[in-house]
Amino acid sequence: MSEQLKQSQFGWRYYMVLAMFAVLAVVVIGRLIYLQVESQAFLQDQGDRRVVRVERIPAYRGLIEDRNGEPLAVSTPVQTLWANPQELIDAQYAWGFLAKSTGVSESSLRDRILRNQEKQFIYLRRHMNPSKADDILGRHIPGVYSIEEHRRYYPAGEVTSHLVGFTNIDEEGQEGIELSFDEFLKGEAGKKRVIKDLRRRIVKDVGLIKPAAPGTDITLSIDLRAQYLAYRELLSAVTEYRASSGSAVAIDIKTGEVLALVNQPSYNPNNRTRGDVPNFRNRALTDVFEPGSTVKPFTVAAALSSGKWKAYSKLDTSPGYLRIGSKSIRDMSNYGVIDLGKIIAKSSNVGASKLALSMDDQYLSSFFRKVGLGQATGVGFPGESVGMLPARQKWRRIEVATLSYGYGLSVTALQLAQAYAILGSGGIKRQVSLLKVDGDVPGERVMDETVARQVVQMMEGVVDVHGTAKKARVPGYRVAGKTGTVHKVSAGGYQDHRYLAMFAGVAPVEDPAIALVVVIDDPKGDMYYGGQVAAPVFSRVMAGLLRVKNIPPDKTVETYVGLAKAATPDS
Amino acid sequence: MSRYDFQHQLGSSHSPVTRRISLMQAIHLDAPLMGGLLVLVCVGLFVLYSASGQSMDTLMRQLVRITAGFAAMMVMAFISPRTYKRWTPWLFGIGLILLVGVLVTGTQAKGAQRWLAIPGTGVRFQPSEIMKVIVPMMLAWYLAERALPPGWRPVLLSAVLIMVPTVLIARQPDLGTSLLIASSGFIVLFLSGLNWKYIAGLTAAAVPAGAGIWMVMHDYQRQRVLTFLDPERDRWGAGWNITQSKTAIGSGGWEGKGWLHGTQAHLDFLPESSTDFIIAVLAEEFGLLGVCALLMIYFAIVARGMYIAMNAQDTYSRLLAGSITLTFFVYVFVNIGMVSGILPVVGVPLPMVSYGGTSIVTLMASFGILMSIHTHRKLVST
Repeated sequence: MSEQLKQSQFGWRYYMVLAMFAVLAVVVIGRLIYLQVESQAFLQDQGDRRVVRVERIPAYRGLIEDRNGEPLAVSTPVQTLWANPQELIDAQYAWGFLAKSTGVSESSLRDRILRNQEKQFIYLRRHMNPSKADDILGRHIPGVYSIEEHRRYYPAGEVTSHLVGFTNIDEEGQEGIELSFDEFLKGEAGKKRVIKDLRRRIVKDVGLIKPAAPGTDITLSIDLRAQYLAYRELLSAVTEYRASSGSAVAIDIKTGEVLALVNQPSYNPNNRTRGDVPNFRNRALTDVFEPGSTVKPFTVAAALSSGKWKAYSKLDTSPGYLRIGSKSIRDMSNYGVIDLGKIIAKSSNVGASKLALSMDDQYLSSFFRKVGLGQATGVGFPGESVGMLPARQKWRRIEVATLSYGYGLSVTALQLAQAYAILGSGGIKRQVSLLKVDGDVPGERVMDETVARQVVQMMEGVVDVHGTAKKARVPGYRVAGKTGTVHKVSAGGYQDHRYLAMFAGVAPVEDPAIALVVVIDDPKGDMYYGGQVAAPVFSRVMAGLLRVKNIPPDKTVETYVGLAKAATPDS
Repeated sequence: MSRYDFQHQLGSSHSPVTRRISLMQAIHLDAPLMGGLLVLVCVGLFVLYSASGQSMDTLMRQLVRITAGFAAMMVMAFISPRTYKRWTPWLFGIGLILLVGVLVTGTQAKGAQRWLAIPGTGVRFQPSEIMKVIVPMMLAWYLAERALPPGWRPVLLSAVLIMVPTVLIARQPDLGTSLLIASSGFIVLFLSGLNWKYIAGLTAAAVPAGAGIWMVMHDYQRQRVLTFLDPERDRWGAGWNITQSKTAIGSGGWEGKGWLHGTQAHLDFLPESSTDFIIAVLAEEFGLLGVCALLMIYFAIVARGMYIAMNAQDTYSRLLAGSITLTFFVYVFVNIGMVSGILPVVGVPLPMVSYGGTSIVTLMASFGILMSIHTHRKLVST
């Protein structure tokens, strides 16, 4: 070898070139050491910044269920498709397919892509069925991505919509329980670290930063079976009497829990439309009305509590009207001398007024206040109305008199139901609750027990042969209640031919378990009395409620004598 | 001690009577070089598998090219250096015609005309790749017939022989290849014992030549040079490649993230990850140690090449072998240099590892020539 090298007098040049290249090799290796050792932390961090992202883990929103665990609002995972218009603009071939699969016209999709071509995010379709979304994603159209979201579904639909409410597309509570208990329901989204590629697709999960905390489940006090029943009966009555709206509220007397709460018109929370907006109102809690004759039992109870009257006391309602100043208060007819029970059974305005006027002028209003009329119920429902019960320094006689038969104050259906529940419970006022309550609810005594029992028994006369609402009867049970029919108020005062028909009552009389209020707003046609329009609804709903709650019948001998005869309606 | 010397002398005497011709020699293959290339190719396939996103398809196509490369190498190794020498001027002429042909009819890929389709076969190849071997052959042929060191006349003519194909290739445009071919030619010139005066003169001429090249450069080529000088200048555009490859290399650290566990390349952040920038994938997944191991393989191959060059028996063979070996080294250096950000991005693949056909076949063919030079020696010195 050395011989051959010697042959070439320039052999040293090979070594020189080798030496030069050795220097270059050192430079390259030096560079690599600089990058991989010296700058490693920085470059590694740079690399991670490109690929490691923090991803949100959506939290499941809490379930809303009825008292027996029937789901009323559930969240299901769905896929939301979105696109990066900057990438999608190059995939024109896929626009037609995309438009078809997301249910929009190709021209409108094209417009959206072209309009947003400078942007990097547009929604293609929110809340898609996951399998459908996977079909689209499977085509690997450039610029089309998905995120997982949850969609709220309401299995009972319009039956529970007013109470449960709904969320918006981002699962934020908008109405009802969904809104008022949003903080409990919504849970907290978690975070995880993921590796994403240049096209923002998640390649793998590398670690959980914070697990998603699912929202708290909420158990409502309502019984879905009772709710269905009440909904069905109210709907048929509102339809039959061509009423503009209606509400029904049932309360468990022993606990103060709301067992059913329905309104008409309703809406389907799963498929809301713009036209539904006026129907979002939970009228039983948001709409106030003058309770009319339905407060007469409380006037009688106040009279008994005052000690000036006994259950068997009689008073003269002749001649069927009562003049106070320039106003006159009228009964349907001249009932003559009647006892307190008859005042309720016949719904005598004159009798009620005379009772009220016999008491101290503040007594009746403060009694009404104690049973919750025109007072906040504290159920914590968004948009609940308080109603109005005037607090006056000095009550004029006419004001006391009209208050005694339910004018000059306004209440919600829920307040009225609560007041009747107090009567049914023997004078105990319990907190009304939309949530299921465990254990005993002690409550507060606001009325003497004897007085409450006596008034309930008097109210039984309302459904009696001679009462105003025989149609409120429930076979097998003794029912106590009171009708009410009031003129609707409008800007110009009371309207002559527009009414609010209601019936409020409790059952069974022996040991009242359920208080129920039915309000039918503006029934059109010949029938508009509470005893005609609201009482039949009361009867059917109460029958169902008693059955659902397994309340044993308290009426051993059933008599239907004279049932066919029409009763005298009240005013 | 004296006995040892004696044995050593015996061993190097190469008696033709006692020496048995091995199989490798019979088919004119050089075992050390062959071994080095096989190891390199295997490592390359591993890295390519990862860089291509575990595409078996890509791997199979690369394997076909490698096989073709080895076949070319065996053919080239079998042909004697004399034959090469005889054919060199003709090959050079054909090469030039092909280059002109590319400029006239060549097919385009990524904005450049580099390919020539062989009519009726559907096969495409890059004549510029073949010129990588032919240009040093031509220079070696020309200078071997001259008195060395060459005088000014041969040097000038040599410069012309180098510049004609260089300019033709630069016009395609393929700046990287043209510079590599120019350098392979100048390596021959240098190895021939070029006088230092001429080296100084050529260096001086390189400055206006550089200015001239800048003038005829395509805009994207200028961008590359500018971006090389200051990658931050265009971080999301032309500087993206460099920034991404440096990030990938740097995240590898000492030991790397493990095979198939790199993130930059797999997640599309590293452009050209299976072709020109494949070393970044290796660096990310096998770390500094992995890159050094690969460099060791390259050095082993270069060392063997230099050994062959220094043992070549005539000037033509020696110049050609030296040029082939050193050009191979230049490829490696330029590729790693550009990927790691110390040289501009000129589009030079990493020899034997990057995905791509013509480059591998040409390189293997040139190694075949090296083997031919070594295995066709007259074993008894005169």
